[in-house]
Amino acid sequence: MEAFSIADKVRRGELSAQEVMGKYIDLISRWEPKIHAFLYVDEKGALERARQIDDLVKKGIDPGRLAGVPIAVKDNIAVKGMPLTCASKILSGYVSPYDATVVSKLRQAGSIIVGKTNLDEFAMGSSTEYSAFGPTRNPWDLERVPGGSSGGSGAAVASGEVPIALGSDTGGSVRCPASFTGVYGFKPTYGLVSRYGLVAFSNSIEVIGGFSTTAKDMELLFSVIRNSDAPDPMDQTSVFSGPTSFPGLRGMRVGLLKETVGEGAEPEVVKATYAFAEALREAGALVDEVSIPDLSLALPAYYLLTSAEASSNLARYDGIRYGMPCPLDAKDWNEAYSKVRGEGFGPEVKRRIMMGSFALSSGYYDAYYLKAVAARSKIRQEMLKVLNDFQFLIGPTNPTTAPKLGERITDPLSMYLLDLDTVPVNLAGIPALSIPFGKSSSGMPIGVQLMSSPLRDDWVIKAAEELEAMGRVEMASKVATVE
Amino acid sequence: MIGLEVHAQLTSLKSKLFCSCSADYRRLPPNTSVCPVCLGLPGSLPRLNGRALEEVLKIALALHSDPAHETVFYRKHYFYPDMAKNFQISQYDRGGGVTVAKGGWLDLTLGQFVKRVKIRRVQLEEDVAKIVYPSSLLSSEYVMVDYNRAGVALCEMVTEPDLSSPREARLFIEKYASILDHLGVTDTSLEGSLRVDANISIDGGERVELKNINSPKDVEKALNYEVQRQIMIVERGGKIEMQTRHWDELNRVTVAPRFKEEEEDYRYFPESDLPPIRIEQDFVESLRAALPELPDERAERFVRQYGLTPYQASVLVSQKRLADFFEDTVRRGLNAADSADWLMNEVLGDLADAKKELTDLFPLIDDVVRVVGLYEKQQITGKIAKRQLKQLIISGRPLEEVPTPVRDESVITSIVSEVIAENPRAYEKAKRDPKAMNYLVGQVMKKTRARADAKVIIDILKKKIAEDERP
Repeated sequence: MEAFSIADKVRRGELSAQEVMGKYIDLISRWEPKIHAFLYVDEKGALERARQIDDLVKKGIDPGRLAGVPIAVKDNIAVKGMPLTCASKILSGYVSPYDATVVSKLRQAGSIIVGKTNLDEFAMGSSTEYSAFGPTRNPWDLERVPGGSSGGSGAAVASGEVPIALGSDTGGSVRCPASFTGVYGFKPTYGLVSRYGLVAFSNSIEVIGGFSTTAKDMELLFSVIRNSDAPDPMDQTSVFSGPTSFPGLRGMRVGLLKETVGEGAEPEVVKATYAFAEALREAGALVDEVSIPDLSLALPAYYLLTSAEASSNLARYDGIRYGMPCPLDAKDWNEAYSKVRGEGFGPEVKRRIMMGSFALSSGYYDAYYLKAVAARSKIRQEMLKVLNDFQFLIGPTNPTTAPKLGERITDPLSMYLLDLDTVPVNLAGIPALSIPFGKSSSGMPIGVQLMSSPLRDDWVIKAAEELEAMGRVEMASKVATVE
Repeated sequence: MIGLEVHAQLTSLKSKLFCSCSADYRRLPPNTSVCPVCLGLPGSLPRLNGRALEEVLKIALALHSDPAHETVFYRKHYFYPDMAKNFQISQYDRGGGVTVAKGGWLDLTLGQFVKRVKIRRVQLEEDVAKIVYPSSLLSSEYVMVDYNRAGVALCEMVTEPDLSSPREARLFIEKYASILDHLGVTDTSLEGSLRVDANISIDGGERVELKNINSPKDVEKALNYEVQRQIMIVERGGKIEMQTRHWDELNRVTVAPRFKEEEEDYRYFPESDLPPIRIEQDFVESLRAALPELPDERAERFVRQYGLTPYQASVLVSQKRLADFFEDTVRRGLNAADSADWLMNEVLGDLADAKKELTDLFPLIDDVVRVVGLYEKQQITGKIAKRQLKQLIISGRPLEEVPTPVRDESVITSIVSEVIAENPRAYEKAKRDPKAMNYLVGQVMKKTRARADAKVIIDILKKKIAEDERP
């Protein structure tokens, strides 16, 4: 069921929030043994909250725009009273004492937090296999990964365990699982959604985003969580002038990023991308191919910058204040830190911390970190320049469909390549929506990306709504069912 | 060569640098003025307290330092339990970093001449938590961490290595503290509000950094200890290695780290959770225009207005409270020169003897004025005045009454006669040896409880002797 219609009916008293929640809890209990999308489900709390929502409606009080809508939250976003593990052993036992800003907004809008979803440890990965608590599986094919790092949220929405979910997108972590599981995944303009309460991995790049099965639901979810407010000092809303409302696809100039349909992209993904271009043409848009040669710099720059920031952001996990306890028998602080961090972090996290520490070390800083900073601003400038000529850019979300479990985890570089088409968006800080668009011959969903200028978040979502209304988007909810 | 890094807490601020927790943590139970931000909990983000920038700019302007047009925060990384994030949000003046201000100077009065000490930079950063050692730095088996202090706004000021002795270092810090007090940004009398790291190198040796020094006096002590230590090593044919040592306040020694340190790499890089801050010229000028009177100007005024010597003026303004106290006594009618004399020659020493601070003196100001005033009007002797002031400062309680002097010469003469009668041998001795007269004077003083003037007693005694010697 769509979030939009749940909220609408609950608000009008036509549907009981408790009844809705009961159904979703039932779905979760049926799906979870197969896909392991959740790390924590607060069944009791969710039902209690649903009862409160129903009470409000009975008293004639409007519970808000997401009244009674169950939502899953990626387990790197703080929810008061729930564990916050980031799928890492190092945070085992830690319960957040506060709500992320987005979570407060969701609660105020009447949404019900069902639980916390699985991810690659600290959001580092593209398959959710790097979770310390076991991988999540793709509901379309249990042998395949759901993508990552927000794989739990993608799988939860794709399977129908929840109508909407939150994820975070550092280099495609919302859009990749959305594309692999056949749902919408939205990455807003950097700074437009408060990051307060999102556990930092790469703080200058990552954003909180959402999952849904319809563009209209995405619009609703985004309208609730947007408006970066006080606690996020990197609020960008004043940097760009406010956009005008979306005039429709007719006459819009759309650029198809040539580099993303070249070498390395699976033929079926390329085909879907051209079909997407065709759909846009049908809607009246003018689609041309456009080239940004420097996109090849994006992936190395991204991995350098994010690893550097990660080495800093993850320094705080030392077992002294929270999480995995610090050993008391260490002979000095360094030994205690080594022990906690050696045992608490998984291999991918350690790899990135080491790469990042190296890139920030004196003597290497100029050669690595500063070069990556320069590459980022070059890519950003070039993308914004192209976006002066085109209102939208398009391309595949990922070069492939969902790989099998274990297929890429042994080779980090092949895993990193899954992010090839998503990372430029993060480096440029622009909004992008992954739209489910067809399936491969093996029945796996394919996602395409619609990108636009900073703060044109509404345009991206509205354009998708228009395509959806034309019947040109294959909705995932039709297909993913409990086997 | 000595260079200093002085950390001053901006105690005028109500809240911490990046969150709204109270910065006034001193009387609070441990770990009660904390929140997700200053505890570095996962997901929390800093938000700049804009007043902190204003306060640091005032310090920069007072030091003739040049404010940046745009300043950025950097992260400084090292693993230690006093930092909840294992990095400190600070600033950096290399690799593209720009601190709040750079350059500047502070003039030190050293006897007859003035020494200009150059300032390298002035910057803003967060304080770290307090590590509480159950016993001394060396013998503690465990430590406790109190995060109440974590995130309090600090101004770090770094000098060039322009200081040439431990004493100069102490004088520099005293002067800087006085500037901070005059600006009203730091109450330097609060414990731990001013903390110093000192870098010292003696001829040919490597630089040694001394950390964790909490007062100007300790800076001098720690540096003196360190100079002696380094000289001894060199005399024995050893070499001074680059090192960070900690000042152990309790044992009054500098302590080497327990394990050999690697050279620290702080991996500085920009703090992207905080946007660069533009510092508008107009804003800087409005702050400059509103700066209060600073110690140098105040000293000049003291010379001009009160006729003090430049030396007196410089001593008085070296502590804001001393200068304030001085002006208060003048306002209450004391002669400025007398007040300056008494404060500098007696009161400061009495305070030191009583282990008290200038703050303890303010409630007693009326008594201080009364005692010095009586002396001025020659109603009491200098000796009585000194004794009264000492008693006042030690007890901390107002005087019940100031003993009035014995001026009636006939009364003194009869007491002198009494003393002569009681000490015939001493009197005989005094006849031959004028120096032996002191004993008799002392006895008279004792009987008058020092209320008589020694000169008058001597005159009377001499008269007596002359009378007795007359054939």
